[in-house]
Amino acid sequence: MRTLLLKSLFARPVTVKAPDAADSGLEELGRTLAAGGRRLFGRSLTIREVDAGSCNGCELEIHALNNSIYDVERFGLRFAASPRHADVLLVTGPVTHNMKTALERTYAATPAPKWVVAVGDCGCGCGVFEGSYAVIGAVDKVIPVDLHIRGCPPRPIDLLRGLIALVDKAAQARVRGTEDAAQPSG
Amino acid sequence: MDTNAISTILGRLAAVGYHAPWRRFDVDTRTWTAIAESLGEGGADLLGLWGDANTVHLALRVPPGDPCVISLAIAEGSFPSVGRLHPPAIRLERAVSDLYGHRPAHAPDGRTWLDHGQWGLYAPLGAGIPVPRRDPVDYEFQAVHGHGLNLIPVGPVHAGIIEPGHFRFTANGETVARLEERLGYVHKGIDGLLTNVDLAKAARIVARASGDSTVALSFAFARATEGALGVDAPPRAVVLRGVMAELERIANHCGDIGAICNDAAFALIHAHCGIFRERVLAACDKAFGHRLMMDRIVPGGIAQDIAPGGGAAIIAELDDIAPRFDEIVALYDDTPSLQDRTCGTGHVAGDLVNRWAAGGHVGRASGRDFDARRDLAYPPYRGLAFAVPLYAAGDVDARVRVRIDEIRASLRMVKEWFADLPDGPVLAALPQAAAPREGIAITEAFRGDVLVWLRLGAGGQVARCHVRDASWFQWPLLEAAIENNIVADFPLCNKSFNCSYSGHDL
Repeated sequence: MRTLLLKSLFARPVTVKAPDAADSGLEELGRTLAAGGRRLFGRSLTIREVDAGSCNGCELEIHALNNSIYDVERFGLRFAASPRHADVLLVTGPVTHNMKTALERTYAATPAPKWVVAVGDCGCGCGVFEGSYAVIGAVDKVIPVDLHIRGCPPRPIDLLRGLIALVDKAAQARVRGTEDAAQPSG
Repeated sequence: MDTNAISTILGRLAAVGYHAPWRRFDVDTRTWTAIAESLGEGGADLLGLWGDANTVHLALRVPPGDPCVISLAIAEGSFPSVGRLHPPAIRLERAVSDLYGHRPAHAPDGRTWLDHGQWGLYAPLGAGIPVPRRDPVDYEFQAVHGHGLNLIPVGPVHAGIIEPGHFRFTANGETVARLEERLGYVHKGIDGLLTNVDLAKAARIVARASGDSTVALSFAFARATEGALGVDAPPRAVVLRGVMAELERIANHCGDIGAICNDAAFALIHAHCGIFRERVLAACDKAFGHRLMMDRIVPGGIAQDIAPGGGAAIIAELDDIAPRFDEIVALYDDTPSLQDRTCGTGHVAGDLVNRWAAGGHVGRASGRDFDARRDLAYPPYRGLAFAVPLYAAGDVDARVRVRIDEIRASLRMVKEWFADLPDGPVLAALPQAAAPREGIAITEAFRGDVLVWLRLGAGGQVARCHVRDASWFQWPLLEAAIENNIVADFPLCNKSFNCSYSGHDL
């Protein structure tokens, strides 16, 4: 292990040399996020992921946000284990009838102010599962949705871009709604 | 001999003429029960059990022969329970009963399984009678009696970024006395959606039965269709299918090894394995235009040829990852504090994996020597020499080691294939079936064998299709694996199985 740790000390961070073509985009997006997020939450946005019926493809890509290459925590975004600690619910679908109650309860357990992001073509619409007796469909048929991130599944970079859009949208809404709510940035 | 009982019975019967490549037999109640008895005595592996409009089908295999299907007409709304004689069939029968209303007579467990009382319908694929919705928590868990027992209900919404399911632990202090699973939360009605649907739409639905196994599922669907129509995919497509299937295996195994170590609080391996996985997916994206390679395998071949330079990019990535992966494996081997958590934890006995015919790392870590790629030898694995890892320990460590060995074998396979990639087209035209045709295929997904069975109607429509994920025969064993382990080791055991919720719930 010592050799490996030593090597890591001298190696360049993998985060910078991410293999994705959107490598440079990542840093730029991170800056946007840091500025927008700070206005609203100081420095962080806590996310609770809820699978309300997905095929698990979206979960794989949401997982990737936490790896060393996308490293979402450097932007102040982190995933929480409980909806009670969350600002954002990241919901994948299609919402099944069997998950409806659980989704509603998770939403109720999330303290306000809260935002809901519907992820994937199934969470945003119903995807290929349209017309089934077992699904309700899009997330917004069950709980209010603030942002849609499409894709089957969306790439991690698209998820990141979407979360940044949410921070901006939330910040604007907050500024319009209550003048004293927005914190000065930096 | 017991092992010959089923072969003897089936030897007397004539198979239906339009089922390929393996045989299907219409049987009577007496034969059905005799085969169920033999299954219970260990005479064959149960591969699946699913419903149809007026029929129930059962897929089985008497090793080392080919799999086959037996079908029984439903009489007075019921069929003789197989689960009564062979417990691995119990959940499958409960699912058939929920979806079609075909009752397994004298079944040991009469509770619903996929039906949580939320559809507003009784037997949606059968009678489809409107019924009022029930309270979803209205479910009778098995009673556990004893002193000092406490109940820990977990889910359906879990703490991590994972799929939903309910686990009910009964613990004595820290020790788990019993785990009972309740699944079905992500039931999307896939069996219903795969009834009377056109082929292209069906392919897209099957590819999304479980996103992590999308390549293996599409592979099985394509082969079942090709079997039914008597078509072969072109050689170049066959090899590229193998490449995609092995890349999916490498990516998922890397993710799993990292996640298992992370659940033992060893984040370093998790970080490195996450990078490996990401690099493989990025290479897949470049070569095949999708990170998970969804919808790339289609009946007749593959949807599009590999991108120019895609093969070289994949080889370059894999060559770079291989020595780094060896370093991580050495780190796993040299860290006693990590192995203290994985060795001896979550033990599954060999006789259980054999009875349940559990595939993938769950089976092979407990001594069940089966790999669909080798034992059913479908192309491009036919004639290919590769090692199938086998361990006897049956613990978390053995399931990690199976994955490590498989990654190494897959790396070699992909390299060999690219060294000699055939030229030519990648998609064969599909003939229109004049009469109904049926097909079946099994492929080896990263977590075990997946089965796809289908019936094509006139005009090339899919009249009925069923997908059976490996998880069906692994989930029940997780209940056994956690017994007498501490509650805190559940994530470790669960991740070492990594069963699919979506693939199971359909």
